[in-house]
Amino acid sequence: MSILLSDISKNFGAFAALNHINLEVPEGELVALLGPSGCGKTTLLRIIAGLEHTDKGKVLINGEDKTHQNVSQRGIGFVFQHYALFRHMTVFENVAFGLRVKPRHSRPSNEVINKKVHALLDLVQLDWLHSRYPDQLSGGQRQRIALARALAVEPSVLLLDEPFGALDASVRKDLRLWLRNLHHDLNVTSIFVTHDQEEAMEVASQVVVLNHGQIEQQGSPSDIYDHPSNAFVSRFIGQTNVFDLDEHDNDWLKTAGIININNTGKIAHVRPHDILIEKSDNLQDATAVVKDWQHLGALIRLELVKNDTSTSKKPVFAEMPKEQFKELAIRIGDVVKLKIRQAHWFH
Amino acid sequence: MTTHIQQIQHTIASSKKSTIQDPLWVRLTLITTAIAFISLFICVPLGLVIFQAFSKGLTAYFTALSQPDTLSAIKLTLIVALVTVPLNTLFGIVAAWTITRFDFPGKSLLTTLIDLPFSVSPVISGLIFVLLFGAQGWFGEWLMAHDIKIIFAVPGIILATVFITFPFVARQLIPLMQEMGHQEEEAALSLGAGGWKTFFSVTLPNIKWALLYGVLLCNARAMGEFGAVSVVSGHIRGLTNTLPLHVEVSYNDYDVIGAFASASILAGLAIVTLVLKTILEWKQSTR
Repeated sequence: MSILLSDISKNFGAFAALNHINLEVPEGELVALLGPSGCGKTTLLRIIAGLEHTDKGKVLINGEDKTHQNVSQRGIGFVFQHYALFRHMTVFENVAFGLRVKPRHSRPSNEVINKKVHALLDLVQLDWLHSRYPDQLSGGQRQRIALARALAVEPSVLLLDEPFGALDASVRKDLRLWLRNLHHDLNVTSIFVTHDQEEAMEVASQVVVLNHGQIEQQGSPSDIYDHPSNAFVSRFIGQTNVFDLDEHDNDWLKTAGIININNTGKIAHVRPHDILIEKSDNLQDATAVVKDWQHLGALIRLELVKNDTSTSKKPVFAEMPKEQFKELAIRIGDVVKLKIRQAHWFH
Repeated sequence: MTTHIQQIQHTIASSKKSTIQDPLWVRLTLITTAIAFISLFICVPLGLVIFQAFSKGLTAYFTALSQPDTLSAIKLTLIVALVTVPLNTLFGIVAAWTITRFDFPGKSLLTTLIDLPFSVSPVISGLIFVLLFGAQGWFGEWLMAHDIKIIFAVPGIILATVFITFPFVARQLIPLMQEMGHQEEEAALSLGAGGWKTFFSVTLPNIKWALLYGVLLCNARAMGEFGAVSVVSGHIRGLTNTLPLHVEVSYNDYDVIGAFASASILAGLAIVTLVLKTILEWKQSTR
C-alpha cells in the first residue's frame, strides 16, 4: 500500500473542507482526484504533501506515518498548478535545486548532478532549453520542467495540482498522453487533481470523485462511468439526462421506455447514447420533436423537446453515430420516437 | 521584406501618435509649466546650495567641513544610519513576511500601523520618546536612577530615527511579496530545502531589488531626518547634532559657508540616492 489516508478531516474556520476521508492508493497507480471547484481536492493533495496540516486523521506513505512530518522530509514530488518555477534560475538550476539542497553527506557531486539533470531534461525532451529562464518558456514547456524538477529528488509519490489547468486545449491533449506514457515508464505512484472529468477518464487508472469534502466514489474510469454510485457522480461524469418521476409526465416516460421495474428510485439518469431514435410518421405515437442538432466529430448530438402540451420544455439530449444520422435523414422539426435502452435509478 | 515591415510599423506608430496626441499649444504649455516648476522649486535651490557652499572657494569649503563640530555631526549621522538601516531592514523583512505569509487576527491593523510614521508629524514622533524617556516621562525616574541617558543623547536620536524610517522597507516588500505568492517557496520546501535555505535561495533573490530600493529610501530618510531628531537631541554641539541639525545651528550662527557646506553633503546624498533609485527601478522593471 503506497498511500493510506485514514479519517482525514480539515476545517477552514467554520467551513469543513474535508470530512472523514479514507483513501487507499496502491503502489504504482495513477490516480485522479476529481471534483467541482471547492470540493476539497486540492486541500487533500496538499495534506498528502504536507503543505497543509490535517485537523484529524493520519497520512501514511509506504506504511510510514507521515502525519506530522514536514513537507521537506516527506520525500514527495509536487507539481504546482502554475508550476512555481524559480524565476531567477535557469531551467538547469531549477531541476538541480532539489539535489543541491540535500544535506552535505547525501549530496551528489557536481558531476553526478550535471549528469542527472541532463538525463531528466532528456526525459522531458527539453534538454536544449537548459540555459533558458522560466519566463522564456511556453506553458507546456514550463509544465514539463516543473515535472522534471519534482522527479529529480526521486520522490516515492508524485503529486500534481491541476497539471493541465493553465494550458491551451491542444497542448493539453498532447501532455495528457505524454504524462500517461511517462507514468507507465517510471511507475511512480502519482495523484493528480482535476476538475475536468474527461481528463480524469483519459489519464488516470483510478478515479476518486470528491464532492463537499467527501469521497463519492472510487474506481476505474469505466467502473465510474458505467456504474455511478449516486446521482452526483452520474451527473458529474459525462453527459446525462435527468428524469424525475415526480416532475415528468409518467405516461410520456413509459412510452419512451423508462419503466421503473424494481422501484429502485424515482430519478432516472440516462446517457445520451442510451437513447435510440426512430423517425415516426404517426403523430400519436411520437414522443419528441427535433429542436436542433450539433456536430461532435464522430457523433451527432440531437436536442429533443417533448411532443406534448406540458410546460416543461427541458431538452433531452441523444447521441448517435454520424452515419446513422445521415441514414435516418433527420431534419429540425421532425417528430421522432424515443427508446431508452438503459437508465440508472437514484433516490 | 524588412523595409516593408518597417514601413508598416512606421505607419502604425504614426497613426497611433496622431490619434492620441493633443494640439501643439496644449503640449507646449504643459511641458513648459512642468519644466519651469521643477527648475524653480528643485533645480534652483539645489544649485544655490552648491553655489553658496563654494562661494568663498574650495579652501573655505573644506575648512568649514573639517571643523570638529561638523565632523562629529557627520560621524553621528553615519552612526545613526548604520544602526537604523540594518534594524529596519530586518524589521521590514519580518513584517512583510508576517503580513503576506500568515493569517492572524489584527493583521489589517498591523498593516495600517506600519504606515503610522508616515501620517504622524515628525515632531510628534519625537515628543512620544520625550514623554516616554524624558526626565518627566514614564520611565524617566527609573532611567535617572540607573544613570541611563536616552533623551538628549545618541540612543534617543537612534530611537526616533528608527521610528520615523521603519515603514520604508516593509512598504516596498509587502505589495511585491503579496503579488508573488508563496508557491515558489512551497516548491523549494517540497524539494527538501529547509526554511533558511528557502529564504536565501528563493525568497531573497526575488525581492532583492525591492529590498535594496527600500533600504536606500530608509537610509536617505535616516540621514536627513530633522523634526523628530530635533525634539530628542537637545542640540548639544559636537555631541548630539546630526548633519541636518548642524546645518540649522550653523545657519543660526551666521556661519553661511559652514551651513551650506554641510547642506551640500546632504544634497549630494540626495543626488546619489536619486541616481541609485533610478537604477534600481530600471533593474526591477527588467527582471
